[in-house]
Amino acid sequence: MTAKGLEWVKRNAKYDVLLVLSPIMSLILWEILVRVGLMDHRFFPAPTTVIGTLFRIIVNGQLLDHVSISLYRMAIGFLLGSFVGIVLGLLMGWLKIFYAIFDPLISAVYPIPKTALLPVIFLIFGIGELSKIVIVAIAAFFMAVINTTAGVLSIDPVIIDAARNFGARRGKLFRYVFMPGALPSIFTALRLALGASLLVIVAAEFVASNEGIGYLIWISWQTLATERMYAGLIVIAILGILSSYGLKKLRNYLIPWSVDVRERM
Amino acid sequence: MTASKYLPPAKIELQGVSKIYETAQGTIEALAGIDLTVYEREFLCIIGPSGCGKSTLLRIVADLCPRTSGELIFNSSAQQTKPLTAMVFQEYAIFPWRTVLDNVCFGLEMRGVPKKERHEIAEHYIRKVGLTKFTRRFPHELSGGMKQRVALARALANDPQILLMDEPFGALDAQTRTLLQQELLRIWEEDRKTILYVTHSIDEALLLGDRIVLMTARPGTVKTEYQVDFPRPREIKIKATEKFGVLYYEIWQALKEEVQRSMVEEVL
Repeated sequence: MTAKGLEWVKRNAKYDVLLVLSPIMSLILWEILVRVGLMDHRFFPAPTTVIGTLFRIIVNGQLLDHVSISLYRMAIGFLLGSFVGIVLGLLMGWLKIFYAIFDPLISAVYPIPKTALLPVIFLIFGIGELSKIVIVAIAAFFMAVINTTAGVLSIDPVIIDAARNFGARRGKLFRYVFMPGALPSIFTALRLALGASLLVIVAAEFVASNEGIGYLIWISWQTLATERMYAGLIVIAILGILSSYGLKKLRNYLIPWSVDVRERM
Repeated sequence: MTASKYLPPAKIELQGVSKIYETAQGTIEALAGIDLTVYEREFLCIIGPSGCGKSTLLRIVADLCPRTSGELIFNSSAQQTKPLTAMVFQEYAIFPWRTVLDNVCFGLEMRGVPKKERHEIAEHYIRKVGLTKFTRRFPHELSGGMKQRVALARALANDPQILLMDEPFGALDAQTRTLLQQELLRIWEEDRKTILYVTHSIDEALLLGDRIVLMTARPGTVKTEYQVDFPRPREIKIKATEKFGVLYYEIWQALKEEVQRSMVEEVL
């Protein structure tokens, strides 16, 4: 929903109820349809069944094992990829020579879906832990480098002129203008990189892993344990929401001077 | 040119300064041999049709863009420790990631002035432009007029030998602009720092300046200049005098030709 749409709905108090009621009613309807046999419980297990399964795999520790290995792979890859991406992005925005060298390479590789690179990665790094970390790092890197470069390049030239006129040249210009000026874009970069990381780690675990949340979903499908499959999907959704929310809070804390328009969506 | 009663020492001398831009569409001659002297403690206004290169001239003086040819001489022997120029830009060129205080401090910080000292200086100038209540605010919380006050305070706090102003109030609404013009007059008349002020408003140039230099359409060169000897401290009521009206009309007659010339060139 657009920000405007949401505000319009919010202004009309009677719709407040609907905002909450609509998803709840859908779930109740789903539950009823399954219970009376109108929906096939083998494909669409009732919400209560899914919640029950989720609870069971939380209690027996199965979920924690899978989630922690996935998070570990994601965290290392994400940190590595986005760190290199941000540093290179800053350099590309700052010095034309870096831009000239790296932009053609990045533009050439970026359009390839990162999951399509999985076979190449397995070929080079084997199918162990390293390959999963590498593919996450690659996905995070591209999101980070492109958005950071764009962030530096979008700094208003008149701001740069002002800084130069007040004595900021070269290194000082980088530290006092390019770095803070690119900060909002860097946070956008991190958010997109995190989303991309989640996407590729699940895909990588689908095809080449014996553990992890992606593996859990895949194996559940293969054994037709659909209620566990849905439980896995819920967990991924929660992971995505939590990480995105955390970054948003961090952003507001670190850059209070910038109002993020996307935030209100 | 009207001879002035006495000539103070020259602060800036431009001799045959020209600027040619190389663009993808070919070369553009922005300035063609500008000869201009700005005197110590003078408020000099430069006026001209849009696109005549008056901003380019200011950027050359500010060392933000190189000149193609000609000489630029600063007479700064007495004030060598002070920075040469500080500019107030037409657009809101204050740093969005810095509070009002840190924006005003910027030049001092770049020069390595200790934190306590630069805060004291900055607070002094923030008070002068009437923003004390907003010292800790970020620019996105300020109106356009307030942002330009910050830009003015930032330039003044750096204590430059020459203040450069590039249509600083051009983007503001008419009422805010009038208010800020009066404040600038009040602040400037306290210590009379040399100002090079670019504007496209005759009205503004007459109210503020000691002298007005009229530039031709592109390629910009000095067409003529006018001595403006309304008494100081100046009040807005000089606008109600006959002399103001006569001068306004005289300058407009000269400016009109250039505006028409630049419009013809745009069509071609």
